[in-house]
Amino acid sequence: MGKSDIKTTVDARGLSCPLPIVKTAQAAKGLASGDLMEVIATDPGSVKDFEAWSRATGNELVEQVAGDGEFRFFLRIK
Amino acid sequence: MSPARATARTAARPVARAAAKAPAARAAKPAAAAEKPKKLVIIAYSGELEKTWATMILASTAGAMAMETSVFVTFWGLQTFVKDKKRITGENWMQKMMSFMQRPGVSHRKLSKMNFMGMGPWMMFKLAKRYNVSKPKELLEMGQALGVKFYPCQMTLDMFGLKQDDLIEGMEEPVGAAFALQLMSEAETSLFI
Repeated sequence: MGKSDIKTTVDARGLSCPLPIVKTAQAAKGLASGDLMEVIATDPGSVKDFEAWSRATGNELVEQVAGDGEFRFFLRIK
Repeated sequence: MSPARATARTAARPVARAAAKAPAARAAKPAAAAEKPKKLVIIAYSGELEKTWATMILASTAGAMAMETSVFVTFWGLQTFVKDKKRITGENWMQKMMSFMQRPGVSHRKLSKMNFMGMGPWMMFKLAKRYNVSKPKELLEMGQALGVKFYPCQMTLDMFGLKQDDLIEGMEEPVGAAFALQLMSEAETSLFI
């Protein structure tokens, strides 16, 4: 996974539940199958939420990185 | 399916092993699980701010999770779906009086506790803004954009003297209890809020 492959980045920093997921779903609508998207969130609840979202929608959670109070999720669109 | 059970019965072994494999395969391939969308039905019965908020959070998130989401809007819940700018609704004096006593619209909900003439909701919205929590109105619009369907209850429309024109844009056609029950019988999850 190259970082240059990222088609869209959703900046959900500072947003509370359920906005990181809702914003991600909205952004995912504009992407094609196989596209990679990045989401940056600060809501600690989003870690479990993105796992659930990935399972429910079939968009693969390729990688997640936590650090400096931020959570980065890399998702491959189904 | 525990591995212990799979090995305990030798005769059933191939079957058990195949069954034990299935969840793992599903985890590796989330696409397979998402083929048939899960269904959620919410019966939006209450009109209080906190319950309206819960409905909108769950409905918009379900839309985001590609769940087939239907909200059946009835009794006090229907007041939430009257346009914010409508002040008095209804045809006769009782219906008009009801809308006067409890202002309709998603932005005019009251708390069931600590309402204090609107002080409670005002503080809730202040806190929501500070912590970047979306208001019910915003969540409602996001839910609609994500394909959540909102069905008004015909009987409640009649009882409150509401016309389809009083309701917000994008609602489905009015339906009855049988339709709501049919939706629920086909859904994995149904909630009464």
